[in-house]
Parts: sequence; C-alpha cells; structure tokens
Amino acid sequence: MSEFIQLLISGLSAGSIYALAAVGFTLLWQASQTINFAQGEFVMVPAFFVLALSVKLGLPIWLAMPLTVILSVLLLGALFKKLIVEPMHKHGTIPLVIATIALGLLIKEMVKEFYSPLGQPFPSLFPQTVLTVGDAVISVPDIANFVIAMGTIVALQLFLGRTRTGRSMQATAQNPDVAQILGVDIQRMVMYTFLINGALAAIASILITPIYLAKFSNGETLGLVAFIAAIVGGFNQIRGALVGGLLIGVIDNMSATYFSAEYRQALPMILLIVIILVRPQGLLGTSEGRTV
Amino acid sequence: MSRKHILFAAIALLLLIFVPMGQKNYIIYVLTSWLMFSIAAMGLNLTLGYAGQISLAQASFMGIGAYITALVTLAGYHWVLGWIAAMGATFVIGLLLGYPALRVQHHFLAFVTLAFNTLVFLVLRNEEWLTGGSHGLVGMPRPDFFGISTGKNLEFYYFVLVLFVISALVFSWIVHSPWGRAFKALRENPVRAESLGVDTRRITLLAFAIGSAFGGGAGAIMTPLVQFIEPGSFGLIHSLKILLMVVVGGAGFYYGPMLGAAVVILLPELLRFTEGYYLMIYAAMVIVLMVYSPGGLIGLGHKIMARVRPKKEVRKDMAKGAQL
Repeated sequence: MSEFIQLLISGLSAGSIYALAAVGFTLLWQASQTINFAQGEFVMVPAFFVLALSVKLGLPIWLAMPLTVILSVLLLGALFKKLIVEPMHKHGTIPLVIATIALGLLIKEMVKEFYSPLGQPFPSLFPQTVLTVGDAVISVPDIANFVIAMGTIVALQLFLGRTRTGRSMQATAQNPDVAQILGVDIQRMVMYTFLINGALAAIASILITPIYLAKFSNGETLGLVAFIAAIVGGFNQIRGALVGGLLIGVIDNMSATYFSAEYRQALPMILLIVIILVRPQGLLGTSEGRTV
Repeated sequence: MSRKHILFAAIALLLLIFVPMGQKNYIIYVLTSWLMFSIAAMGLNLTLGYAGQISLAQASFMGIGAYITALVTLAGYHWVLGWIAAMGATFVIGLLLGYPALRVQHHFLAFVTLAFNTLVFLVLRNEEWLTGGSHGLVGMPRPDFFGISTGKNLEFYYFVLVLFVISALVFSWIVHSPWGRAFKALRENPVRAESLGVDTRRITLLAFAIGSAFGGGAGAIMTPLVQFIEPGSFGLIHSLKILLMVVVGGAGFYYGPMLGAAVVILLPELLRFTEGYYLMIYAAMVIVLMVYSPGGLIGLGHKIMARVRPKKEVRKDMAKGAQL
C-alpha cells in the first residue's frame, strides 16, 4: 500500500508537469489551430537556456531561471509566432504541422551540436529530502513540483476566466469573427496565447529536468506525452489537458512497477488509441461534431 | 496522360537503366536505396498529398514489411511470398489503425500513427524470440527468379527497378482512376466531395491503407538489400525522413516523392563537409520551403515557371465562376 501511495504521488507530480505542456499545446490549438509538433522540444530547450546562462555565463541560478522564462516567452512565443506560424497560416494546417516537425528537429540538433550530446546534470530548486508519512516515503521535490505546476494552472484558469484580457482570449478562441466584431484585437490575443505557451514550457522545463538529466532528446517523450494528455483529456478544454496530464503521469509511473518495465512507454499510447476509439472528444471534452 | 508525360517517363526510365552500368558498388547501392525510399514515399504521398492526412508511421510500416519478409525468407520460402505477406499485412494494419483515427476530423491520424510508430519500435526491440531484439536479424538471402540470381548489386538494382516501375504504374493507375480523382476531390474540397456522394471516410481510409501497403512493399525490398535489419532503422526519425521526402519533393505531385527521396538521400552526401550541421541545414530548409512554397520543390518550380513564361491567364471572374 505504501508503495502504491508513493507511486501515486510521484505520478501526480510528474503528471502535473506534463499537464503544463499539454495545456500550452491545447491553448495554441484553440487560439490558432496550430498543432505544435515541436512542443516537446519547447519543453526540452529552456533547461539549456538555464544551463547556458548559469554554467557558461556564470550567472547565479536565481537570476538564470527568470531570465530563462523571459527568453522562452520571446523565442518560443513571439519569434515562433512571427517567423513560422504567421507566414504559414494562409497555407492551411498541413504545411504548418510539417514546419513544426522540422522546427523540433532543428532545435534538437542545435542543442546537440552547440551545447552537448550528453546528458547534463541540472540544479534542483528544492532540497532532495524526503518526508515519511506512515510507511510511505515522499520526496519533497515531488510535492513542490506538484504545488508549483498546479498553482500555475490555477492562476492561468483565473486569468482566463476572471480578467478582461483572459475573457477576450477565450472569445477569440471560440469565435474569432464575432470577437473581432465586438472589438477584440484578435491578433494581439493570439499573440498572448503564444507568449503564455512559451512561459508554460519554461516552467515545465525547469521543474521536470532535475528528475532526468538535461538532454537534447528529452523532447521526444515529453512531446508525445503532452499530445496524449491533451487528446485523452479533451482537445478543447484546459481542464481536460490537466486531467489527461495527471492520468498519464500516474499510469506511466504505475505501469513500470505493476505492468512491465519494457512496455512502460507503450501504455500511454494504448490509452490514446482506446480513447480515440471510444471517446474521441476526450474524457472531459465536448464534442465539436465534424468540422468539415 | 499526355504524350509529353509518356516521353518524359520513357527518357527517365532509359536513364535509370543505363546510368548505373559500370558504376561503383556504393553508387549502385545509393541508387537502389533511392528507388526503395521512393516507393515508400509514393505511398505516403497518396496519404498526404492526395487524401490530405498526415501519417508519421511510414517507417514502421517499412519495418513490419521488412521483418515479415525476413522471417518468411529465413524460413526458406521465396521472397515473393514475403513481399505479398508484407503488403497484405501492412494494408490490413493500415485499415485497423486508420479506422478509429479517421472517425474524427482534425489530424488525429498524425497522433495515432506517432504512437503506433513507437509501439512497433518497442515490440521489435522487446520480442527477442521473434525479432532478435536489438541485435536484429541477419543473413536474409537475395531472391532468384527462374534461375536468374539477384545476388550482385547491379542485378539487385534492376530487380528493384522493376518493382519501382510496377509501383509507379500502380500509383499512376490509382491516381488517374475515378477512385483517385475522388482522393483529389477530397483534398481540394471535402464538403463538395461529400455532397457529390463521395464517401470521404472510406476513401481516406483506403488511401491510408494503400499508402501503408506501399511502405510494407518498400520494407520487403529493404530486407534483401541490406541483409541486416534492426529496430533502430524504423524509428520515428525515419518516419519523419520519409514524410520530409514527400513534402520537400512536393506533396500531391506525381514525381514529388521521387524528387524528394533523391534530395533526402543525396543531400547528406553533398553536405558531408558540413558534418554535424547537415540535419540542421535540412530542417531549416524545410521550414523556409514551407513558408514560401507549401507545394515543395515541384510547387516552387511551377511558381518560377509561371513567372518566366506565364500561361494564358483565365479571366478572374471566369475562374471564380468555374469554382462555383
């Protein structure tokens, strides 16, 4: 039982970080029909911004991390939208999907070539200590990660639901034409979405990288997990991405112990295929009907 | 097909027959692998360029085809049996995989195939009793046909060329049949296609399954070509490579995948001096290409041609009228 609780908590902790990536992915989809296949690399690369700033430039870590968030917002948010998404939007979805696949490859290769092909140790924000509750041993970073990730998502929900800008963003996502008629600057709202995605990716990166090492290939699994979480939860709901992320985190952690270490990676994929078969709109999603 | 097309195809075929004569083994090997990837890319072109769906599992279909062929030939049966089994199996898997994914719109097929590619990789790596695990399978023979051996590289090249020509003819037949026109109608205007009685879902599913079978067929060629197969050759990165072949050449153009495969296979040779930067340059090129010409290199060629030698332009209002 104590093992189960331990696995559950570390699963929820990892899952809440997956949810950050999945929420960003969902937001981009809603606001601009961008399916970002580079999302995994977007979560991989901010860790290297931190390393570059702290190890190569010698900045203290408390300065390197906020700078990384700003850098990610500018590069992965604003630059991504201006250079890649905007000029391609008129061509439709497929060229953009291909371009994001190529972008993911480009980011990965650049990190491998210009930083290092080897896994790099990454500083943890929290002390590596454990709490003992009953029989269960719970690590402090797990709890801290969970609190920060959930806090970020709750803050985002409040921003989207309670502020004027947030509600304008939602209106833009739901019906851009009507939003524009009602005086919403939709281009600006879409840009905000990209900036938020950049910030979410940076936070997810800083939280998740200490668990593994910082490595150029981290994005492959992270991206896949983010897609699966978004689809399992429901493509058109932030809550859905959250539930999907937590579910995938828990399943992933449990399967290594209770199912098979060799096929650990396979279980989320099987879940994805099952969900698409029986409930294509996702667990919490509302059916959009056929868009064609 | 117009006379110009037939003439072009005939000249291309003559070149393909005479160019490799007297070349070094390495060049013949590169040409053979180009033909093989062209077949896989042709299949993906049907899915992507004609039916408008993204598949990220073409390499895993090649893998399934390659392993089936390897197991069949290692068991002592003729390669042709392996080839038929490979194409049949990948066709059926394509149907089973595409069915749930194509029930919903958006690009779910992309995600399902992405997951599928990883699953296949895991199975190939973990099921050692069948696939040899990460050591792979070795020692698959090259086939004989009525006493004619294909053991030498040049002989094998001609054998693959025959398969390539068959595939290209089948592809051309599919695209020009009423059925293939339905694919095109689907891509250009799904609402109108549906209102004219085209069962869009069935047609898309079939396009994907046939495209996958082309992948299986290419895999069946890989087994005797390389004579060593391992899971690493069928990872996601290889699926992306085949996808980029189609896109770079020009999705939806008949010669697109062949041109794209040539670019993807020859570019590393040309960019060898850049060493590790090759993939970076390549990825950057793809992004730029997508911004300026989503139709790939052939699309770009058409654009440039249109500027140099403008065709007779249809009156704008007439063009509109024809659309309505």
